[in-house]
Amino acid sequence: MSERIKQIDILGVVMWFFRAAIIVAMLWGTIATLMDNPYSAKAWTDTIVAGIAQGSLYALIAIGYTLVYGVLFMINFAHGEFFMSGIMTSTIFIAIPMSESGYLDANPVLGLIIIALVTMLVSIGVAILTERVAYKPLRGAPRLVPLITAIGASFFWQYYFRGLYGSEVKPFPLIDSIAGKMTIFGIEILKSQALVIVVAIIMLIGLNLFVIKTKVGKSIRAAAENKDVARLMGIDVDRAITITFTMGAAMAGIAGVLYALVFRQVHYFMGFFPGIKAFTAAVLGGIGSIPGAALGGLLLGVFESVGPALFLEGLGVPSPHQLKDVIAFTMLVLVLIFRPQGILGERLAEEKA
Amino acid sequence: MAMLEVNDIHTYYGNIHALKGISITVEEGEIVTLIGANGAGKTTTLRTISGLLTPREGSISYLGKDIVGTPAHKLVYERMAMVPEGRGVFAKLTVQENLEMGHFSREDKDGIARDLERVFTLFPRMKERRKQVAGTLSGGEQQMLATGRAMMSAPRLLMLDEPSMGLAPVLVDAVFDAIVEINKEGTTILLVEQNALMALSIANRGYVLQTGQIVLHDDAEKLKNNEMVQKAYLGVD
Ligand SMILES: Nc1ncnc2c1ncn2[C@@H]1O[C@H](COP(=O)(O)OP(=O)(O)O)[C@@H](O)[C@H]1O
Ligand SMILES: [Mg+2]
Repeated sequence: MSERIKQIDILGVVMWFFRAAIIVAMLWGTIATLMDNPYSAKAWTDTIVAGIAQGSLYALIAIGYTLVYGVLFMINFAHGEFFMSGIMTSTIFIAIPMSESGYLDANPVLGLIIIALVTMLVSIGVAILTERVAYKPLRGAPRLVPLITAIGASFFWQYYFRGLYGSEVKPFPLIDSIAGKMTIFGIEILKSQALVIVVAIIMLIGLNLFVIKTKVGKSIRAAAENKDVARLMGIDVDRAITITFTMGAAMAGIAGVLYALVFRQVHYFMGFFPGIKAFTAAVLGGIGSIPGAALGGLLLGVFESVGPALFLEGLGVPSPHQLKDVIAFTMLVLVLIFRPQGILGERLAEEKA
Repeated sequence: MAMLEVNDIHTYYGNIHALKGISITVEEGEIVTLIGANGAGKTTTLRTISGLLTPREGSISYLGKDIVGTPAHKLVYERMAMVPEGRGVFAKLTVQENLEMGHFSREDKDGIARDLERVFTLFPRMKERRKQVAGTLSGGEQQMLATGRAMMSAPRLLMLDEPSMGLAPVLVDAVFDAIVEINKEGTTILLVEQNALMALSIANRGYVLQTGQIVLHDDAEKLKNNEMVQKAYLGVD
C-alpha cells in the first residue's frame, strides 16, 4: 500500500517537472521571439487570420468525430474520407465543367451552392454506406473492433476514389469574385479566407442550435446518454445514429468545399491530414462536445499557424515553419498530459461505454 | 382477452438461462406486481416484455397482438411504457427535455399539454425544476421525473422496475401514492418490487419469482398472508 503511494508520488513529481519544463520552454521561446521581434505587426495578423481560417476548417471536420463519438463512443477514422469523397466528386463532375462553360464566373453564388449541395450529398452517401456496411454489424463488439474497421474503411475509400478518379492532383477552378483580398476592420484578408470563416461560423451555430433545440437533436442527445432508455421513449436509435453520421458528413462536405476554395486543388489523399488534425482538434476541445470541437479546431489552427514563429524561432530551432505539424501534435500530447478529458470535455469517457 | 399475456418465455444472456418459462397475465385496469429476491429475473422479465430483450422461446401478446421480435421503440407507439431500474433519467437533459422525450412518440398537441398538466399536478416539484438538468435532481425527484416521463407517452400499460429503490420511506409512500393515482386514471400497472409489502398493499394480484421461474401466483391479499411469502419477503418469522 505505502509502496504504491510512493510510486504514484514519484510519477506525479516527474509529471509536474515535465509540465513545468514545457511551460518554461514555451515562455522562453515566446519571450525570445518577441524581444528579437523579427516580424511586422502585419505579418503577425496575416498569420493569425490564416490560422483562424485553417482552424475553422478543422472545426467543421472535428464536429463529425465528436458527434459520432458522442453517440457510439467510437473514433470514426474514415471521417477524413467523407471530407475527401464529396469535394473530389463535385470538383470533377460539377466545378470543372461549370467553370469551363463560364457558368461559375457568371453565377458564382448559385454555382457554389450547387457545388456545396452535390458535395454534401456525396459525403453523406459515403458516410451512410460506411455506417451501414462496416459499423452497424459491429454494434456491441469490443471497442477495438470498430476502430480497426474504421481504419480499414478509410483505406478502402482512399483506394476506391483513387481507382475511380486517378491519383493525380485535380485543380479546383479559380472563381474571380472570390479571388484576391478585401479589407475588414482595417485588416487585409483573402476573400476566400473570409468566406471560410463566415460559412464555418454559420454552419457551427446552425448545427449547435439543431442539436439543442429540435426534437431530432434532443433524441440524438438522449440516445448518446442511454440507448436502451432512448428506445423506451420510442426513439429509433439506429435512425438517430444514421442522422448523426449524416450531420457529421454534411459538415465535412462543406469543409471540403471551403478547403477547395482556399487551396484550389483536390486529391484522393487530401482527407488524411485534415482528418488527423481535426481529430486532434476534437480531442483538444473535449471529444463528444460540439462547442469543444469548434474551440479545439480554432485553437489548433491558430497555434499551428502562429506557433512556429512564436515558440520555436526564439528557441533557435532551424526552419521552424516546417514544424507546424509538430506543433499540432505536441499540443495534443500536452492536452492529454494536462487535461486528459480535453478543454470542454467531461471526465466520463471510460464509464459511459 | 387479457391486455398482456406472457406465455412460457425463456430469455438468455449468452449461455445464462435467466428466464425459465415465465407466464404472466395482466388484465386491463389492474395493478399486478412481480416480487422476488435480487437476481430472480424481475428486470429481465420487464425488459423482455418491453422489447429490449428477445425471448428464445415462448410468446407475448399485448392488446391482442404477438409482440415477440417487435423492437422496443415501436411498442411505445402501441402505448406500452416502462420506467427502468435505476430510473434512467437523461442526466444531461433538463427536466423539461426529459419530459419531451417522454412524448417523443406523440403528435397530439392538446393531449400532450393535458398530460403535462397531469404530471405537474402529481409531481409539483417537476414544474419548479423544469429548467434544471436532471443529473442534479435527488433520487426521489429522479424517480418522479422517470415516472412522469413515462406518463407523457400516455401509456395503457405502464411497467415500473423497483421504483422504491434507494428512496427514503416518505418518498416511497409518495411514489406509491402516485402509482395508485395513475392507475385510477386508467393506466394498467405492472410493478416490479423488492419491497414486497408495499407492492402487495397496492396490487390486485401478485407473482412471486425465484431463479427465473414463477413459484407462486395469487391475489395480493392472499400472498400477503402466505407463510412462504411472509418468511422470504416480508421479514415475518
Ligand atoms: N446483462 C446481463 N448479463 C448476464 N447476466 C445477467 C445480465 N443481467 C442479469 N443477468 C442475470 O440474470 C438473472 C436475473 O437478473 P435480473 O433480471 O436483473 O434479476 P432481478 O431484477 O430480479 O434482480 C441474474 O442471475 C443475473 O445475474
Ligand atoms: Mg432488477
